[in-house]
Formats: sequence, C-alpha cells, structure tokens
Amino acid sequence: MKVRIGLLFGLLAGDPQADKAVPPTGFTARLTVFTSAAMAFLAVFALALSLATDRLATRWAAELARTSTLRISAPPDQIDAQTRAAIRLLETTPGIIAARALSADEQRALLEPWFGPDLPVETLPIPQLIEIVEDEAGYDPLGLRARLQAEVPGAVLDDHTRWRQPLVAAAGRLRFLGLVAIALIGLSTAAMITLAAQAALAANAQVIRVLRLVGARDIYIARAFVRRFTLRAMIGAAIGMAAGMLAVAFLPQADMAGGFLTGLGFQGAGWLWPLTIPPLAAVVAFVATRAAALRTLREQS
Amino acid sequence: MIELRNVAYSYGGGELFSEISLSLGPGTFHFLTGPSGSGKTTLLKLCYGDLRATAGDVAIFGEDTRRMSRDSVALARRRIGVVHQDCQFLDHLPLSENVVLPLTVAGRAAEAEGNLMDLLRWVGLGAQAEQLPPELSGGERQRAALARAVIMDPDVIIADEPTGNIDWEMSQRLLTLLVELNRMGKAVLVATHDLNLIRAAKSQVQARILRLSNRRLQAAGADL
Ligand SMILES: Nc1ncnc2c1ncn2[C@@H]1O[C@H](COP(=O)(O)OP(=O)(O)O)[C@@H](O)[C@H]1O
Ligand SMILES: [Mg+2]
Repeated sequence: MKVRIGLLFGLLAGDPQADKAVPPTGFTARLTVFTSAAMAFLAVFALALSLATDRLATRWAAELARTSTLRISAPPDQIDAQTRAAIRLLETTPGIIAARALSADEQRALLEPWFGPDLPVETLPIPQLIEIVEDEAGYDPLGLRARLQAEVPGAVLDDHTRWRQPLVAAAGRLRFLGLVAIALIGLSTAAMITLAAQAALAANAQVIRVLRLVGARDIYIARAFVRRFTLRAMIGAAIGMAAGMLAVAFLPQADMAGGFLTGLGFQGAGWLWPLTIPPLAAVVAFVATRAAALRTLREQS
Repeated sequence: MIELRNVAYSYGGGELFSEISLSLGPGTFHFLTGPSGSGKTTLLKLCYGDLRATAGDVAIFGEDTRRMSRDSVALARRRIGVVHQDCQFLDHLPLSENVVLPLTVAGRAAEAEGNLMDLLRWVGLGAQAEQLPPELSGGERQRAALARAVIMDPDVIIADEPTGNIDWEMSQRLLTLLVELNRMGKAVLVATHDLNLIRAAKSQVQARILRLSNRRLQAAGADL
C-alpha cells in the first residue's frame, strides 16, 4: 500500500506531457466528479452515523457495567440489620464485585435536586440504598431476587439499566451497518469509476493506437488516464465532503433527555474523520482506473 | 535486425500469405510492392510487432516476437520508425508535439529542442508546426509522419505507402531523405505501388525489390 500511495503522489505531481496525450473527455470527467461528490456526501453521513452510534454504545455499555442498586425499605429499627444482611448476601453473590451502603450525605445529594439541600434524611423514613458494582459477566438477577426475598424481605433490587442491554446491541449493530455502508460506497465508487474509465479508454482507442505506434508502454498510456480520474475523484469527493459536513453541522441539535441521545453530528476530533474521504476516493480511483486501463490495454491487442 | 522465416499470417479466414522469409539487415533498402489487398500492410505490421505471425518465426532485434512482452515490443518500437499508411496523429495536439511524440513517450522530450524545427523544415513543414493535423493536407500529413518516424534516430524505418498522397516533387524529396537515412546504416523497408518511385530510387541506392502476390513473396526487378 505504501508503494501505491507513493505512486499516487508521484502521479499527482504529474507528467504534463503524458497528460496532454489524451484529449479531455467532458462526459466521463463530469460523471466521475459527480459520482465522487455524491458518494462522498453519503459517506459523510455513514461516518456520522457510525461515530454517533459508537459514542452511544460506549456510553450505554459503560452505564450498564457500572451499577445497579438495592433499595431497602423497612421499619427504622430494622433498617440497619437488613442492610448488613443484604450486604453480606451481596458480597457472596457471584458476579458482584462490591456492595456498599450509601451514606446519609450521598443520599441527600441524590435527593437534593428534588427537595433542596436541607432535607433531614436521618429522620425521614426513606429507604437505604446499596450500590452494587458488577463484574463483566454480571450476576443472575432472578437468583439474587429469590435469595433476597428469603433473607432480606425489605429489599428491592433495581437493575433498571438492564433494559438498555438490547439497545447497546442495537447501537453496536447500527455502527457496524454504518461501516458496511461506507464499504459499499467505496465499492460503488470503484465500480462507477471503472465504467467511466472504460468508456474513456474506448473513446480514445485511436489515441491509444497512435501512442502504441510510437512506442508508448502500457503503463505510460494508463498513467495518462489514471492521473485524470484520480484528480477528478479527489476533487469530486472534496466537494461532496464539504457539502456533507455542512449538512451535518447544521443538523438540528438532538442532544435531549439529559444526553440520552448524543446527536448525529461529529464531536471534537471526530470532525477530522471526513477529511480522509477525498484521499480515500483518490486511492479508490487510482486503483480502479489503473486496473481497468491495464486490463483494457492488454485485451486490445 | 528484423528477420522473418517461413512466416504465414491469417486474420482468421484463409491464410493471407505464407512461406515468407525476409531479412532486414543494417544498411539494407527494400521495396515491397504488390496488388492492393495482397497483404503489404499486414507484412509490415508483422515486422514492427503490431501483429504476431500465425506460423513461422519473426525476430525483432534478435528477440522472438512470440516471447516478447508487451513492454519489450514497445521498447523495440522506439528503434523502428514507422510511417503508417493512414498516418495516425493525435488530432488534438499541434504538429510539433505530434512529431516529438516518440521522444515524449520515451521520457526524452527535451532532446527534441534543436532538431525539431530543422526536421520540420526539411520535410517542408516549417510554417505548419503549430497547426493541428486535421488542418493539414494529405501530403503534409505524410511528410509529418516521416518526420515523426525519424525523430528517434531509429535503426529501422518502415514506411507504408509514404508517397500515396503527395506530388512527384515531394515524393522525390521523401525518397532522398529515405536514401540518406539508409546511407547512415539504417534498414529501410518501403511498401509502395508507385513504380516510378522505385525506378527513381534505383539510380540512388542498391535496393531489393520484393513483390507480394498470390500469397507469396518474390524477388522482382527485371520487369521494372
Ligand atoms: N484487421 C483486419 N481484419 C481482417 N482482415 C483484414 C484486416 N486488415 C486487413 N485485412 C484484410 O487483409 C487483406 C490484406 O490487407 P493489407 O495488408 O492492408 O493489404 P495491402 O496493404 O497490400 O493493401 C485485405 O483483404 C484486407 O481486407
Ligand atoms: Mg496497405
């Protein structure tokens, strides 16, 4: 690949003489620029989708892994005993790394947004919360519930984040589909540029015959075509990329529900990703045109 | 430099010709005549590797054409100046760039600097250097084709009906140029049905005259 890319830049630096040998062909030129622009535009969205779902999956997975809570509601005189019993039980449950009763200050902090800072937590009959930290595999919630029911009657296991599990899987799948879309866009670009290159080669059969007659090697003839298509693909992709990025930048903000959605846009360094599209389009055009040209030239004699 | 032994060629139907043997050594001068359609152009194409013999051996600069890669054919072409029957130019480039094209594709365009205008003046096209090929007359195109054929200082010059479209005076000048090139040791092969040209050449150069007819190549000369 390194050699190819070196070649690519050598090519773009150019041999104007070789370039002139092939007359400009308006139709294939416009087709290539348009196709590359359209494909780059789509690629920006596929990329935005992949990056956004990646963020989503990562965030949700992290929340999932983090905690569930156990809530102990019992008459005030039994709360401490039940809490200790529950913690003992939790600590011997496979899949649980740690269980810790929240302090009064922590509970107050949790309630503060609703009731203000002066809530006398100690005197109110509010439930005691126990934070459960799971390991990778997690625990078996049904088994745990059964044991809790028998030993700590006042305990309610709240594993509310678990419902997000299928969403994390869906986000992961969506990210994968975004990558598949990018790959398909790349392949379609290659296919369309191959067709355009073949049309250009066919239209220039006479030029090729003359170049052959005077001793041009296949690679010389191919280069004249490859250089053009590579440049056109890169220019088209740059236009499409710019349009796509503008469109994404002006998407309405979807960052609602306290960060539940992260929005479809790019964030931070994510904005650099679309910049790879034009060079990639150039590489695709380079490889596709070169293969098409060398194949056609071999078949023509 | 170019050797044909027992060569036959067919475009797919019957054999166009067979049992052709021919040797183009340094300093030789050959005329190839024969009726239209007898296969003169085809035979020339075998000589410069544009076609491959369907039977027999063709060697170009010692290389068997059957075993030559496409690149080696291209490299051999640079040592063979070809004046094609219908000239074949890049119609979008001015004459000057067409004439230096063999140097350009060889990556030696810079060498053209001094010679180009001399060469164009020699073939009488000094004033037409910046014109496009379609703007030229048939005769001018043929002279330009000869200029292009010799710009690489080739070892072999192969010309297919080089005087087909030009007046007698100009064809004399072309002949003189070909004879001069031949005296420099280059092998020259000219296909033509212009018997006057052959007669005129006889006084200037020791030429072998070959006639392609009835699918065979024979020495001719006595009947001219
Ligand atoms: N590419 C081709 N395919 C099939 N037949 C061809 C082709 N080129 C020439 N021919 C046929 O081969 C014969 C010889 O052609 P050519 O070599 O051009 O003869 P000449 O130059 O002596 O007039 C002709 O009958 C012509 O129709
Ligand atoms: Mg002919």
